[in-house]
Amino acid sequence: MIRYIIRRLLWAVVLFVAVTVVTYIIFFIVPANPALGLCGKACTQDDVKRVQAYWGLDKPVPVQYLKFLERLVVHQSLGRSFATRREVNDIVKDAAPVTASLVVGGVVLWMLIAVPLGILSAIRPRSLLDRASMVFVLVGISAHPVWLGLIFSFFFGYKLGWFPITNYCDFINPSTDCGGPVQWAYHLFLPWATFAILFAALYVRMIRANVMETMNEDYVRTARAKGAPEHQVMRSHILRNAMLPVVTMLGMDIGLALGGAVFTETVYALPGLGKTAISALDTFDLPTVQGIVVFSTICIIVFNLIVDLLYAWIDPRIRLS
Amino acid sequence: MALLEVTDLRTYFRTDDGIVKAVDGVSFSIEKGKTLGIVGESGSGKSVTCLTIMGLNSKRTTITSGEALWKGKNLLTMGAREFRDIRGSEIAMIFQDPMTSLNPVHKVGKQLTEAIQLHRDVTKSQARARALELLKAVGIPRPERRIDDYPHQFSGGMRQRVMIAMALVNNPDLLIADEPTTALDVTTQAQILTLMQKLQEEFGSAILVITHDLGVVAEVADEVVVMYAAQVVEKGPVERIFKRPHMPYTWGLLGSLPRLDSVVDRLVQIPGSPPSLLNPPRGCRFHPRCPYVMDVCKADDPALLPVFDDSDHFAACHLDHETKDREAAKLIAGMMAQAS
Repeated sequence: MIRYIIRRLLWAVVLFVAVTVVTYIIFFIVPANPALGLCGKACTQDDVKRVQAYWGLDKPVPVQYLKFLERLVVHQSLGRSFATRREVNDIVKDAAPVTASLVVGGVVLWMLIAVPLGILSAIRPRSLLDRASMVFVLVGISAHPVWLGLIFSFFFGYKLGWFPITNYCDFINPSTDCGGPVQWAYHLFLPWATFAILFAALYVRMIRANVMETMNEDYVRTARAKGAPEHQVMRSHILRNAMLPVVTMLGMDIGLALGGAVFTETVYALPGLGKTAISALDTFDLPTVQGIVVFSTICIIVFNLIVDLLYAWIDPRIRLS
Repeated sequence: MALLEVTDLRTYFRTDDGIVKAVDGVSFSIEKGKTLGIVGESGSGKSVTCLTIMGLNSKRTTITSGEALWKGKNLLTMGAREFRDIRGSEIAMIFQDPMTSLNPVHKVGKQLTEAIQLHRDVTKSQARARALELLKAVGIPRPERRIDDYPHQFSGGMRQRVMIAMALVNNPDLLIADEPTTALDVTTQAQILTLMQKLQEEFGSAILVITHDLGVVAEVADEVVVMYAAQVVEKGPVERIFKRPHMPYTWGLLGSLPRLDSVVDRLVQIPGSPPSLLNPPRGCRFHPRCPYVMDVCKADDPALLPVFDDSDHFAACHLDHETKDREAAKLIAGMMAQAS
């Protein structure tokens, strides 16, 4: 087990270096001179050179990358925004809780929908519930989150007035107009629903298939032959095995879902990482974009690591091989 | 009273193509402490018979009728709760493929103690002690170490031993073994059979063994039931079946036993294949493959009747007794000649 963890940690470091190199190269090789944008239209050639020197943009890209790494590792700093001069660390620190709220709540909601629906449709295939859930799956997979977001905010926000259309309320620190867990959840409900439906649909289908397959396994028959009551067979023998692939998928999909969060944040004007990155792109604010990419990468790596360790813990065959 | 008395058991499956009559009027009984062997080709309904007795068929697609009296109570109409108390405790079962019959995510110890704690009010440590005892009894080396291993750390033969330990853990009166040696290699097969016999003496359980291997039957069974196309075609004490079989299908099974001590160009086989149970042939179900077929075989289903000189021996065949006796004698004599 220890060796497995060490191996996984080493892989995480390799992955981190690879991803940062690639993002660094992509962002600093785009055919645009950030110094021009920073400096403004009135700048002379000399001014631009001075700005470039100030930000270290005149150095070769590998040197810039090493400096970036040094900053990141030694000072734990992502640098300073070109556009606002704010520390990128602070920008990320402000935006991350919003995205985290959206993603964590969304994942909880999607699992709350997918697990019971998937299991129930697997237990009674072709029943009314099964057919209804298959319709939900089809709709959920077909509908784009942006479209869903607009429809939701139009009907539930504008027409019916059940939920607020925009804005984010902090969970812990109440600001002037809103704050606290209730307001937080109330403002996030539509974004969560928008975010969760696609994945809920995918997971209903996956869980249904897994459970149905596992129900026909020989060891499930063995459990029944032992005289185990149905709920114990389901919990201890079917679900435990059927959920193994779901755990792996969840680890991979949360990374994917961060991408999906960009749409949801844009539609509902949530000041999260996605929306911040999009605005930063508009102003050529490369340190901010890059800071967000680096931060998201670290999150995904850490998350995958946790999921892999969790998987090794629940599946003994992985642990020992 | 017999321990288990099965009368006119029928198990039909509803499928998209129609009703499959997987078991169609099967009767037999098992006495306390005895071993009954059910033989037949794949698809003859042996396994379904046992799964029906155990109540392990899917309820939604299965139609069951007849009687399976366990100590006088009908298992087929028993409530789920009462049945659960019998399953795994009074009647236990081991399956064909030990590689897939154990849950891969639980330690074998946990799977054994689960079986104990489902039926007995014991503490965890008592259950564990009992599990250890059984693992030792089935010949697993260093059981106190292996008990905390996962199934994938055991070989096929060892897993089947674990399955046997799990089945015997509550001292069942009847052990149903569905092709217990089919998935194992030949040397392991012999070990498992010997183990089952040894444990039968020790625990006094009756055994119902399903197999397509007449060698296994000859080795362990007291009584034999021969099944063909969802029906019993012959049954009787093992020495009768092997000395005076009275049904051409049984002759075919005996004749197709491969032998090491004679050189043949090719293995003897029964021509054709078993009929579809969706739409079995009229009359005797074996008639399309039977070398002795007569007109009456195509029209009438032969009843399972006692063979004239032995009330324990039943066969379902229209051939007259003299012919059957003669042909059986010829077959056995031929096999003996080959053997010597």
